Amino acid sequence: MRKILIAATAVMIAAAASLSGASAADKLKVGFIYLGPVGDFGWTYQHEVARQALVKEFGDKIETTYLENVSEGPDAERSIEQLVRAGNKLIFTTSFGYMDPTLKVAKKYPDVHFEHATGFKSDKNMGIYNGRFYEGRYIQGIIAGKMSKAGVLGYIASFPIPEVIMGINATILGAQTVNPNIKVKIIWANTWFDPGKEADAAKALLDQGADVIMQHTDSPAAMQIASERGKLAFGQDSEMIKFGPKTQLTSIIDNWAPYYIDRVKAELDGKWTTDNVWGGLKSKMVVMAPYTNMPDDVKKMAMDTEAAIIAGKLFPFKCPIVDQTGKTVECKGGDHLDDGQVLGMNFYVKGIDDKIPGK
Amino acid sequence: MQLVLEKRAERSNIIALVSPLIAIGLTIVTMSILFAILGKNPISALGVYFIDPLTDSYSLQEIAVKAAPLVMIAIGLSLCYLANVWNIGAEGQFLIGAVAGSWLAVETHGTDAGPWVLPAMLLLAAAGGALYALIPAICRVRFGASEILTSLMLVYVADLFLDYLVRGPWRDPAGFNFPTTAEFDPVATMPILIQGGRLHLGAIIALVVVAAAAVLLGRTIKGFEIRVVGAAPRAARFGGFNSNQLVLLTFAISGALAGLAGIIEVAGPVGHLQPGFSPGYGFTAIIVAFLGRLNPVGILIAGLFLALTFIGGEQAQIAMKIPLDVTKVFQGILLFYVLACDSLILYRFRLIFPSRQVHRGTA
Amino acid sequence: MELLEAIILSVLAASTPLLLAATGELVTERSGVLNLGVEGMMIVGAACGFGGAWLSGSTTVGAICGIAAGTLLSLIFALMTLGLAVNQVATGLALTILGVGLSGLIGAGFVGERITPAPHLHIPGLTDIPLVGRILFGEDAFVYLSLALVIGVWLFLYRTRAGLVLRAAGDNHVSAHALGYPVLRIRLFAVMFGGACAGLGGAYLPLAYTPFFIPGMTAGRGWIALALVVFASWRPGRLVIGAYLFGAVTILQLHAQAFSLGIPSQFMSALPYLATVIVLVLISRARTGGSTAPAALGTVFVPDR
Repeated sequence: MRKILIAATAVMIAAAASLSGASAADKLKVGFIYLGPVGDFGWTYQHEVARQALVKEFGDKIETTYLENVSEGPDAERSIEQLVRAGNKLIFTTSFGYMDPTLKVAKKYPDVHFEHATGFKSDKNMGIYNGRFYEGRYIQGIIAGKMSKAGVLGYIASFPIPEVIMGINATILGAQTVNPNIKVKIIWANTWFDPGKEADAAKALLDQGADVIMQHTDSPAAMQIASERGKLAFGQDSEMIKFGPKTQLTSIIDNWAPYYIDRVKAELDGKWTTDNVWGGLKSKMVVMAPYTNMPDDVKKMAMDTEAAIIAGKLFPFKCPIVDQTGKTVECKGGDHLDDGQVLGMNFYVKGIDDKIPGK
Repeated sequence: MQLVLEKRAERSNIIALVSPLIAIGLTIVTMSILFAILGKNPISALGVYFIDPLTDSYSLQEIAVKAAPLVMIAIGLSLCYLANVWNIGAEGQFLIGAVAGSWLAVETHGTDAGPWVLPAMLLLAAAGGALYALIPAICRVRFGASEILTSLMLVYVADLFLDYLVRGPWRDPAGFNFPTTAEFDPVATMPILIQGGRLHLGAIIALVVVAAAAVLLGRTIKGFEIRVVGAAPRAARFGGFNSNQLVLLTFAISGALAGLAGIIEVAGPVGHLQPGFSPGYGFTAIIVAFLGRLNPVGILIAGLFLALTFIGGEQAQIAMKIPLDVTKVFQGILLFYVLACDSLILYRFRLIFPSRQVHRGTA
Repeated sequence: MELLEAIILSVLAASTPLLLAATGELVTERSGVLNLGVEGMMIVGAACGFGGAWLSGSTTVGAICGIAAGTLLSLIFALMTLGLAVNQVATGLALTILGVGLSGLIGAGFVGERITPAPHLHIPGLTDIPLVGRILFGEDAFVYLSLALVIGVWLFLYRTRAGLVLRAAGDNHVSAHALGYPVLRIRLFAVMFGGACAGLGGAYLPLAYTPFFIPGMTAGRGWIALALVVFASWRPGRLVIGAYLFGAVTILQLHAQAFSLGIPSQFMSALPYLATVIVLVLISRARTGGSTAPAALGTVFVPDR
């Protein structure tokens, strides 16, 4: 309750400041649409962290607003339009399901700028951005390959979309560089967020012999189960070391703040143009949490790999890529798969003994 | 001395008129206190919730868009509840209606099918919803299984069925495996009424449904039968009314309306079928039905009012940074007050004195 | 065999919150009251349970806070449905809306915090018996408590006079009232018991299952608890079977995936609900003249005076 009161007071002071200080007209209003509650400690939470970073960076030059728990159904379009009508000039819609609603509203309000996360449709006034999380997954694969005694990784997946499939592939490709016989067991939770189910999935994977857990779902539940069992795990979205001080090897952290700051700056300077940004380790949109709970040689391998990816010397999807059926995938990007191939990835690489659901 | 509730000899028309006002008054007082605790100015907060959405045509349209499915489903449910039949699985019928209608949209996608597609989708959806609703109805009539529970169970089954279809057979081939069908073709989407807005034909359909229900209940034998069976089942039996037939009929109507609402939502504001497209309209509509006192016009008002709190809640988040959770608490409290005050239409409080309850000692 | 033991352990843990909440709802429904607000009471129980444990550092305090929170919410429900004779279905749904909102407000301060999960029993010797040791002697207290609660409820309903009276109130409130039993007071206690159990079931999630609080973490378990009561046809014994069956389907579906069996997961998830409908039809059919549901379930009662 105290924290709520403090937060409420802070909001009140902010509101009072907004009335007394610079008038609302000369402030840039920036809006956010969130899928979950701001306190999900996962996907939405990281966007909220970045929003707070914006406030810190620009102070009273901007005013930010968010709508949380916006379902990807009939309400999404209205929520976005409400933000427009409230005078927001730059709006971030932070989940894939907002793609079509964002596009509809963008067409209706050509002078408002939109930024949509993780989608593939854009427009003159609608940019898209996403993180190359697979780069982090490749590093995790190497670590997991080294650290797994059983040679079996447990992977909690959400939905069989390319984003998730490229993550699984990058992991196994990384792991194969250090252990060619590595196995992965995959469970589809069919949810981004259900701590109980994620915990159940982690238990099932551990029970079936996996000893390193990785996840593409949002809560720290799996980390905490691995910690209880004395096994190892990777965090997701945010720093989760608190939930497994002796468990977390590293975590892929979604770091939206630099991008958001960049875009708001462009908007303030009147230089915003539509873009399609797929930022990785290099642009710090994807950040690795400190490498912990591993011997120094593994740590060094991880850091070297990270440095090589940043330097552009190493591509996780470097050719030749062989798919499950033994067929070599066409190499459109020179010595690695091009972005289009990765973004639409719908096959497992060789070494994964499973089937993509619904395929 | 003890305060007890007892049934009035006849319903109080005065209370019927003033009870919503009392309820809103109580809500305003309670919420003002809560807003004050949260450090918000109660007057401006209440203004954002109740007044602001009513002041521009955009918000008014959005209220109508939000209210249309709620009203449509609630009308069907009210027929059930009046007949003392408990369909609480409207959410499932809503989903199945959407699935049945979407089937045609998916099948005709990318073909040059003519304008017959949308009407056919509406019919399919109504039929699908009605058939799905008939499962619990038949279970009750034939086997005596409680329809409250079977209809509720079938909600989950419908939800998972939709999930399966959209993740598997009906998935948009060009959609990168995301669980959604392709965007419906223009012939498979609801026409927009006012250019530039989202108000669609569904709002008109909802009004027609309200009018039809008012006529059915007020002017026809069937409507009379529904009310008699619900209010006085014994009398109805003596009157020769077939209550089993009525269970099937009311379930079929409410299922059809829920199914219709489902496809209107999918072919309207959403534009494609996807899992979780319903924000629980089938359950919210139950509340709408009761808020509207199971009366068609009352339901229309209740639906619009509840939609107002949704839109207002969003504007409160934007304008005053009031968390969404506060809006839910606000809705919950409002519902409690309205339901409680409405209870006084049929009941009243009375003070009784110890001498009157001597026999209670034997309990 | 070790895998089997592990699966059983997971199933027991996954079933416990369902069993706790469903046991409470069973008693509520047996008294003739249908409280659809289980999900709302559970999520508030989760928020308050975590808050209590986090502030005090004690699982027991957390559990008590969860119970208290569930009971308080159920009192609102009782006030509405028993005190004011409001429709139970509508009130229960409104209670869930309120509960979800309240839990978010209460839990906002605890997000990202963690606590030590409830300890598991360890009896040297017994717990170490291969295969069965951990299943029988290595659970956390909630698992034993949930089973004790079911046994207690069974004894109460079928072996005590008070239980008989409660069932009578649920089957025919008019007769029960005519016999001089205080129907409303009985129902009040039954509703409160239901709220307490739902609160405890909700609190189990952040206290033992995943020791942190996140809004919406009950993820529909309250609705499953409602289904379970029906599945069990209002019998405590069958409730245990039902809860473990539900838990087993959830867990086995995950294991089936890790074994790469190609069954659509939605089909497996739908099975328990379809089974519930079928069970309901079968038991209703087996008895002439209606189902085994408490006859007065969901109906309003206002005593004549």
